[in-house]
Formats: sequence, structure tokens, C-alpha cells
Amino acid sequence: MKFAIALFSAAHAPSSRRALLFAQAALAGGHEIVRLFFYQDGVYNASGSVVTPQDEQDLPKQWRTFVSEHQLDGVVCIAAALRRGVLNEEEAQRYQREAVAVGAPWELSGLGQLHDAVQDADRLICFGGA
Amino acid sequence: MAKSLLIISRQAPWSGPSAREALDIVLAGGAFDLPIGLLFLDDGVFQLAATQDAKALQQKDLSANLQALPMFGVEDLFVCADSVAARGLDPKGLSLEEARVLSAQDITALIDRYDQVITL
Repeated sequence: MKFAIALFSAAHAPSSRRALLFAQAALAGGHEIVRLFFYQDGVYNASGSVVTPQDEQDLPKQWRTFVSEHQLDGVVCIAAALRRGVLNEEEAQRYQREAVAVGAPWELSGLGQLHDAVQDADRLICFGGA
Repeated sequence: MAKSLLIISRQAPWSGPSAREALDIVLAGGAFDLPIGLLFLDDGVFQLAATQDAKALQQKDLSANLQALPMFGVEDLFVCADSVAARGLDPKGLSLEEARVLSAQDITALIDRYDQVITL
């Protein structure tokens, strides 16, 4: 089955961990993930600026490893990311900000990528919504 | 045929960016000419309260964006009757006239009609 996964909660939220576990299980089960789309506070999961206490799981790092290893399409909503200060190099330059929080394997793009994934996938699975 | 998407908006307009971000998904879908619906549920119905003063909170009003929905080709707009009643709002005085007020039973059938659902 082709899954699109949307994540709306911050990196420290249990639902974000569940999203990663689901994504790992989907691939292990032979399914395909057409796209991961991080929206709202979900954009923090792509941030390289998050520092996790040593005795806790470093979810942004786990996401980064997972997406890189499986060469997945990981998209962070650009409007949600700008609002929350999760900028890549290009946006930091554009808005003249010092902090660059996100880079490869993540791509900053628009909500069209969410709709595109919805059309492409058999199922959209959402984590961390209201 | 394009898959249909229902957005269920459950947050009050001034509780953070959630209501605006839910609406942005809908407007983007409308811009791409996709079959998209929007249901206001629970505190989300406060987005349709007729008398709001965004300036008092030093915020921008969401209602202008809501009025633009039909212009973006989004005509499938729904409001939960129970949520409206529970919050003491007048179902006839909501700011989005196009929205249809639905019973819990109607909403069950509505969700069933859509291919995908996002709740924010």
C-alpha cells in the first residue's frame, strides 16, 4: 500500500514518536511511503536545533536518519516553518536571519505537496492533529 | 478522478495558528481545483461567530479569509449543529452563510463520503 504521512505535533510529543514508529513499520511491512509532510508544530521534527536530554530519544535525529537511509521524500511546510523559525539556508538568507535549523534530507515546500501526496497515496495517515 | 479531502477544523480562531493553518490547507486545495470540504467542529465553530474583534487581541481577522472560500471554489462548507448549540451561538447568525448546519448523524455520513480526512 502507498502511504502519505502527515505530522502536526512537535518533536517532544508522543504522537511524533508514534508517527516514526508507524513509518518504520510501514516500510518493514513492504509498504511504500510516498511522502512525509510536516505541518504546524510538526516542522520542529525536522529541526537540527533541537537538543534532547541525554536520557531521552532524539526524535529529530531519528527522523533524519530514517529519511536519509530510506531516501524518502521528506517535505516541511515552508509557511509553517517560517512562522516557527525553522529555516533552511535559502530562507535564512532571504529573510536575513542568522539561524539555519534545517537542511538535507528535508525540503521546504508548499501545501501543494500535501495535496499532491494525498492524491498519490492510497491512504493518508495523520499524527498529532486535534 | 481526484481523491476528495475533508478538513475538520476544531480550534477556536484565537487559540494559536491552528485554525488559520487548517484554512490554508483548504484554500490551497481550492487553488488546485481539488474536491475539498471543510467542517467546523467543536471550538472550530467559534471561527464563524459573527461579532469578533481581532484588533482587541492585536491579531488579524480570519473572517475575510473564510469569506474567500467560495471564490477559491470551495463550496462544501459544513458546521456541526451540536457544537454551535453547546456554545450558545445562533446557527442562523453565523458569519459564513454558505455553510450547511449538520446533525451528528449527517456528519457521520459526511466523513464517510470523503476519501481522506485531516483533523486539526
